[in-house]
Amino acid sequence: MLRGHMPEVLMPALSPTMEEGTLSKWLVKEGQEVKSGDVIAEIETDKATMEVEAVDEGTLSKILIPAGTENVKVNTPIAIIAGEGESVPAPSAQKAPEPATSAAPPQHASAAPTVPAAAATPETSIGYEPPSAEPEIAPGTEMVNQTMREALRDAMAEEMRRDPDVFLMGEEVAQYQGAYKVSQGLLEEFGDKRVIDTPITEQGFTGVGVGAAFAGLKPIVEFMTWNFAMQAIDQIVNSAGKTHYMSGGTVHVPIVFRGPNGAAARVAAQHSQCYSSWYAHVPGLKVIAPSTPADAKGLLKSAIRDPNPVVVLENEILYGAHGDVPKSDDFLIPIGKARIARAGKDATVVSFARGMVYALEAAERLAKEGIDVEVIDLRTLRPLDMPTVLASVKKTNRLVTVEEAWPVCSIGSEICAQVAMQAFDDLDAPPVKVSGADVPMPYAANLEKLALPSVDQVVAAVKQVMYVS
Amino acid sequence: MASEKPSRAASTAKRATGNGHKQPTAGMTRAERLDAYTRMLLIRRFEEKAGQLYGMGHIGGFCHLYIGQEAVVVGMQMALQPGDQVITAYRDHGHTLATGMDAKSVMAELTGRRDGCSKGKGGSMHMFAPDKGFYGGHGIVGATVPLGAGLAFANKYRGDDRVCLTYFGDGAANQGQVYEAFNMAELWKLPVIFIIENNKYAMGTSIERASSTTNLSQRGLSFNIPGEHVDGMDVEAVRAAGERAIAFARSGKGPMILEMMTYRYRGHSMSDPAKYRTREEVQQVRETHDAIEHVRKLLISDGVTEDELKAIDKQVRDEVNAAAEFALSDPEPAPSELTTDVMV
Repeated sequence: MLRGHMPEVLMPALSPTMEEGTLSKWLVKEGQEVKSGDVIAEIETDKATMEVEAVDEGTLSKILIPAGTENVKVNTPIAIIAGEGESVPAPSAQKAPEPATSAAPPQHASAAPTVPAAAATPETSIGYEPPSAEPEIAPGTEMVNQTMREALRDAMAEEMRRDPDVFLMGEEVAQYQGAYKVSQGLLEEFGDKRVIDTPITEQGFTGVGVGAAFAGLKPIVEFMTWNFAMQAIDQIVNSAGKTHYMSGGTVHVPIVFRGPNGAAARVAAQHSQCYSSWYAHVPGLKVIAPSTPADAKGLLKSAIRDPNPVVVLENEILYGAHGDVPKSDDFLIPIGKARIARAGKDATVVSFARGMVYALEAAERLAKEGIDVEVIDLRTLRPLDMPTVLASVKKTNRLVTVEEAWPVCSIGSEICAQVAMQAFDDLDAPPVKVSGADVPMPYAANLEKLALPSVDQVVAAVKQVMYVS
Repeated sequence: MASEKPSRAASTAKRATGNGHKQPTAGMTRAERLDAYTRMLLIRRFEEKAGQLYGMGHIGGFCHLYIGQEAVVVGMQMALQPGDQVITAYRDHGHTLATGMDAKSVMAELTGRRDGCSKGKGGSMHMFAPDKGFYGGHGIVGATVPLGAGLAFANKYRGDDRVCLTYFGDGAANQGQVYEAFNMAELWKLPVIFIIENNKYAMGTSIERASSTTNLSQRGLSFNIPGEHVDGMDVEAVRAAGERAIAFARSGKGPMILEMMTYRYRGHSMSDPAKYRTREEVQQVRETHDAIEHVRKLLISDGVTEDELKAIDKQVRDEVNAAAEFALSDPEPAPSELTTDVMV
């Protein structure tokens, strides 16, 4: 497991998206002999507690990062193993970076960590400032800084407290605390009647959820990722999406389908796909795709209260992103309403979910060049808030769409078509779509990077629609 | 554990041999037989009328008739209590009538009219009456099985003592999601009865050509779900098996499988030429195993007169004719209905 150069032991990356982790426990002491394969430490990642094995033999001469330290960056030296006859380098020469957290140093380095893994999730490098002036948030509302993962968990917990008909089912949601730790703590609070581990049978448990919704319960069906929901798409589309219509309005299907969507990191084609346009295509479904922790909470709460089937496309890479979230049980963001994340006058950039990260960073860069971009976060993909997009285009006369999905029949395609049909005379340039490449997601790091949109591409697209170079 | 379950061993012995009504049955009273006879006859006459209207072009699309299988839904429904649920696939006309839906609203749905039970938006395969515990009426083979387990899940979640009857055919019994549902239903002890209406043909493919094992009652064996063969042409046997299975599920012991040995006289759908079986095969079942004729004979031996039976026949025909008349005179849905009921 461990990829270290002698004599340093480095903080390993133990999941595709891990950038930092908590060094929860040392299982060896300084001065102790270790052999290759010995478990020397435990590390909590955003997904799980993992064991670190030594790959080198020798004496663990120095522990550089004490047990209990949070937010240890990947590749930080955590210990030194001296081979036979080697002298222990001076600690000053092995200066470890300071942990990025402000958390107090652990009181009992040897004690098992009491901080849940998700709570220790570091701020990821793609986290960004939450937009100012949220109209949905009442002035004076207390704000808490949370990860998106925590915000989603709180949304479910609050709605489960509010309504006994709401329950959560899915793979590993209960005892394992969620494959991505989104359901952390829910089993403890609500018990196994309402937080239900299912077998790995997506089509089956999705159908069970839909049937329970027919009977009036309000299930939250978690997919470990949306990739696996392709096994269940018939139940989502045919059973959940169409029954209200087919029954002439007599049967209601109040259900939420949620889970991580879109490209993860280095997991290749079958685990990296954006399903935004797949579900947005279906009348009878609502589709939301939040980009900030606050949006995630407010939209998920609205989804759970909605009497219709709602598809919630979360983003694995954004699970650890921080943001201010209103502390209120009644914080709801209406489904179907976009948000102007950044006001501007020169060009309109429309995006959602992780695409917002590229869009906002590009806007920052362009601002430095004197280009004032308006960035719209769609937040809901069905129904699309075209009035907000059209109003912006009428102001800026230029349109760029940004998304991670494939380009053909994408959300960007729909936005461009709608704008061309409804605001053709307002356009001063042909719209440009920035999207993922039209290929299955490759594994190789360089190819994967090429397959995803980039800030550079968004900057270039905005310049293209503005006819500047 | 296993010893609590009824008759896994016995079920093999009970396998219907196809030569009549040899199973031990808990008999019905004269009044119950009259009730069963009337309900089965309503389905038969209704379906005959639907076939006629289809031939005249008043009913479009797919139309899967239930003729021959009437004893299954009628017997099972007689074992149910108010509040229990029923869900099935596309051959659902019999289920709608058995659950007590108004024949007019069912026929008007077939003709795609305003006052059809689904406002004309569902058609033959998509009829619902949640107020009567009927949850469809679904067109995707196999998909109803997890849905039915989900209805039962809701019963267990709420702690009421309702059970859900989940019907599917011998063709659906080979779908993967059926076994996903079996697994969860037994794992979570859901109050669901899986009723396999084995009419011997999955569309045009006989069970022998589609299934590596043809004893479908035993398909739950590896999940520890008990199963029974039932003579699905004998309404009394169906009700008796239904009562046993429902009591089992209602008491919290989990699901049961009832394989109903039945037969459809008509094609898979109206457009099926039925070349996959002989006319003689169909005729033989009609003459020797017909579910309605069986009860009729019992009623006569009970002392019911031909005149009484004729009166029932007339009452049923009148109801069906009134339904047909209604379904042809009812207006089509307003164009504005196109976009309603997409969302709540």
